[in-house]
Amino acid sequence: MRLRAASAWGAAQLFASALLGLFLLLPVVALFAGSSWDDFSSGLRNPLLLPALRLSLLTTGSSLALVVGLGSLVAWRVARNPGRASRWMEAITQLPAVIPPAVAGVGLLLAFGRRGLFGGWLDRHGIALAFTTPAVILAEAFVSAPFFVQAAIAAFRRLDENLLVVARTLGASPFRTFARVGLPLAAPGLAAGAAMSWARAVGEFGATLFFAGNMTGRTQTMPLAIYTAMESDLHAAQALSLVMVLLAFALLFILRRLAPGGALPGTELPGA
Amino acid sequence: MLELRIARRIGALELRVELTLDREAALIAGPNGAGKSTLLRLLLGVLRPETGRIALEGRTLFDAAAAIDLAVEERELGYLPQDYALFPHLDVMGNATFGLARLPRRERLRRAGEWLEKLGVGHLARRFPAGLSGGERQRVALARSLARNPRALLLDEPFAALDPIARRELRGSMRSWLQEWRLPALIVSHDSADAVLADRIAVMEHGQLVQQDTLEELRRAPASAFVAGFVSATPDSA
Repeated sequence: MRLRAASAWGAAQLFASALLGLFLLLPVVALFAGSSWDDFSSGLRNPLLLPALRLSLLTTGSSLALVVGLGSLVAWRVARNPGRASRWMEAITQLPAVIPPAVAGVGLLLAFGRRGLFGGWLDRHGIALAFTTPAVILAEAFVSAPFFVQAAIAAFRRLDENLLVVARTLGASPFRTFARVGLPLAAPGLAAGAAMSWARAVGEFGATLFFAGNMTGRTQTMPLAIYTAMESDLHAAQALSLVMVLLAFALLFILRRLAPGGALPGTELPGA
Repeated sequence: MLELRIARRIGALELRVELTLDREAALIAGPNGAGKSTLLRLLLGVLRPETGRIALEGRTLFDAAAAIDLAVEERELGYLPQDYALFPHLDVMGNATFGLARLPRRERLRRAGEWLEKLGVGHLARRFPAGLSGGERQRVALARSLARNPRALLLDEPFAALDPIARRELRGSMRSWLQEWRLPALIVSHDSADAVLADRIAVMEHGQLVQQDTLEELRRAPASAFVAGFVSATPDSA
């Protein structure tokens, strides 16, 4: 009786693995399946690709720098100074992870758009953000920040408190303790978090469309280029998608190298 | 000389300690939760006392009334935590030179190398902490602290992480080192065998020092059941 229950449980796990595995793999397989090398090379020659790829790399690089630069300091603060303010800060940095991207786009527009909360002030000083390349960067930073910050907080919390105290007794200032002990020891977790955050930024679509628009060379990133291509030619969309998938695979490969055990340290998904 | 008179309440623990330490070693003994580690954290500057004063060699580290509270890195204390806390990403020489950042590179290497040699771990300079035995780690951690010429030494359960053989050997070495360096030293321990290291034993219970004296005096007139139990378990020599 007990034996049969156990084997049923095992079978349920196998069935679930097969079902979910297939479901997750099938769309990726489909991207490759229907396409020939000619399709792919014509996709590479698509006039939308190069400007979009260049823009995607430029904006996600900038948003990543922004998120990592500010996020590291915030995460250190939150991890090292537990208290009410830190709990609030942590909650705030998790907020974008539960806000739908389209809603984030509307929110960004209402905040930084010409007649927005802060945009009016910017406008009076001659700064227009909405529907510009910097708007793409802001949209990407907004949606991807939680992934890095959460990973960084987790990585900094795992640090041995004694190492930090000893560093201080050895004459290190709080900053030197952060730079020479905290950062290097948390580096694998920070790098994994940065990679997750970057992946989210590269795929960002909704917030960018609403807040930055879809202008070739200025605000049309890869996902928006795919969207545009899709309207006229599914094959072109497929070719552009293949380029993105290969980019994602490269990223996944790097992630696995950073965390050879398989489980990624410090990449607990925020929010959900 | 280390002088402290401090008080701090943390949760249910009300810590109130008065202690004067000449160039001698004192063992802080006491049951779990008595506040021994808290006392070290207050001295280090990681925790702030509510009232009182801490002075070391005539220098005020903390004074609640005068609003003096030196940062951890300004207190010139050598601290050896229970697991020795070697920086795992730095090799032995990197650990030993960590506290000498202000010196020119050559001087830094010379001074760190000297201390590593003195403690018998000079040959390990290029090894990383993960590959060292517990005893070697303790020696490296001590060298790292002493290279900075600390004005006092705080040791938290210095032998708890060692196997019995290494423990006996290092306890013997530590005893002669402490006699040689003549630094005020506070050794927190729950192991009565560590009493051989100290000129004086201070017993802490419920956040207070209930008795401080030489081992003989504690034996003759123990102030509490814990003291009596502690000293009766103490071997006469290492």
